[in-house]
Amino acid sequence: MVAIDPVKNPADVLKATLPGAVQDVVEFAGETTLVVDPKQIIPVMRVLRDTPGLIFNFMSDVSAVDYWEPGGVYDRPGRFAVSYHLYSMLYNVRLRVKVYLDEDEPEVETVCGIWPAANWLEREAMDLMGITFLNHPDPRRLLMPDDWNGHPHRRDTPLGYEIVQFSFNADEIMKHKPFVEE
Amino acid sequence: MTDKAALDSAITEWAGSLDDVKNLVSERALTGETMLLNMGPHHPSTHGVLRLLLELDGEEIITCLPDIGFLHTGIEKTIESKTYEKGVPCTDRMDYLSPMSNNAVFCMAIEKLADIDVPERAQVIRVICLELSRIASHLVWLGTHAIDLGAMSVFLYCFREREKILDMFEMISGQRMMGSYLRPGGVWRDLTADFLPALEVFLDDFMRRVDDYEKLLTANPLWVDRTQGIGVIEPDVALAWGLSGASLRGSGVNWDIRKAMPYSGYEQYDFNVPLGEHGDVFDRYYCRIRELRESHKILRQAVKRLPSAGGGFRTDNRKFAPPPRAELGQSMEAVIHHFKLWTEGFPAPDQEVYVAIESPRGEIGCYLHGTGGNKPRRVHFKTPSFMHIQAIPEMSRNHMIADLVAIVGSIDCVLGDCDR
Repeated sequence: MVAIDPVKNPADVLKATLPGAVQDVVEFAGETTLVVDPKQIIPVMRVLRDTPGLIFNFMSDVSAVDYWEPGGVYDRPGRFAVSYHLYSMLYNVRLRVKVYLDEDEPEVETVCGIWPAANWLEREAMDLMGITFLNHPDPRRLLMPDDWNGHPHRRDTPLGYEIVQFSFNADEIMKHKPFVEE
Repeated sequence: MTDKAALDSAITEWAGSLDDVKNLVSERALTGETMLLNMGPHHPSTHGVLRLLLELDGEEIITCLPDIGFLHTGIEKTIESKTYEKGVPCTDRMDYLSPMSNNAVFCMAIEKLADIDVPERAQVIRVICLELSRIASHLVWLGTHAIDLGAMSVFLYCFREREKILDMFEMISGQRMMGSYLRPGGVWRDLTADFLPALEVFLDDFMRRVDDYEKLLTANPLWVDRTQGIGVIEPDVALAWGLSGASLRGSGVNWDIRKAMPYSGYEQYDFNVPLGEHGDVFDRYYCRIRELRESHKILRQAVKRLPSAGGGFRTDNRKFAPPPRAELGQSMEAVIHHFKLWTEGFPAPDQEVYVAIESPRGEIGCYLHGTGGNKPRRVHFKTPSFMHIQAIPEMSRNHMIADLVAIVGSIDCVLGDCDR
């Protein structure tokens, strides 16, 4: 049934078709992560889904990560990252595509048009992590109540307790208190 | 007040909450031509607290908008504040009908991230636990699915068998449901002496019980009428919406993670993956019924494999698993390891992994991101119920309300699993 052999290295295909889209390739514990340019997420995903030899036809998961550490520092290209976990049912291969997003405007184009399954997964990331998915067909909150202030899965949202403020860090902590309104 | 004015004022009063959904329902709902009806969150056949906002033309469903989040407990956030091993009990509470698969996927993600190996005996014990919880979970599904469609006695029979499985879980883990029995590097303790005899008794009896369920349902014309041709989802549509497990295999797509990407030594067991043809409620039902028989087959093989499986029930690597109690009185290192593990935990690298296994409902995935320290940066569970509830509108279009009950039952959703 498989007419075309699977492509060993998806990054090569992307580098040939979309120069500059792949920023980094990370291998860890047998998993491949392609770090791509968030502006080119749609063409990248189309290539991954439609190129013979890749055919990532199954959207497994969309997870958002926050790299914020107390003090507001992070050692990554952006504060947020969104990881798309793709699976190719034909070739039995998994792939992670990751985009780094910046702190002030964490936004990336939605991939709902490519895999409808991404709809709720993106809404969840939007709700809990505050990532904006541009052109999303149904950008409502999913899990939290509509009147909730803030995004609970961000690392600066306290888990049931408040960080103690001292005079030297009072302003810094105040900035990250999502429930405090002027 | 004329009828027209009464209608207008009713619509205006409603406008506040209609604003949210006005792009999602048809134009006719805004003029009052079709009716908006809330089903749930307390409806008995929504299997938990699922709210379905239905737009109805008579009894026909035009639009269905699932609303979830009533059981959102922030388990992922809670795990971020705990060491890796202390996160395991939290995962029990997600899919409360098969806690063992949640334990398994979380432990396997930790094992992949921190590079912990699991002895063979522990793997076989895990397979026994996973298949037992598959049976237990399918029994609850079968009982509730049948009771939704009016077959009362199946429910009672299913819960009778399930109780025996829960008794066995109590023997090994001390708890009927939330056992947290699977731990990083293996399982909590070895199988107890009374477990295997109880399992034998259960296995000897179980196939006859499945025959009984089939006699009550598969051959029952009422059941067939209510389920065949209802909630059809084509294979390509099912894939696009990310269905998995029996809900996907009911449409004829042969994808079982136990076969495709074997874990815990599933490649050594001989079992079939039941497939449906039409993708309707009946095929999904019949896939799961046959899965009960396949799980029985796997359990038989696992019991046979157990005596020859080498290694202990948990890894000997003392950096990840605590030493046995007896060692604490004799070895200084054992005391240090014990203390370090239960206070600080073990570190895992600042990397990310994604592990997926075949839970009773479908693909349950765990995305785990370490910090280099003893707590995870981010845990995210991709849960099958979440994806399946998302596909309810696709399956229920142009069906009757009574069929919606059958459809919700057939995708086997657990709201704790969905909302986490």
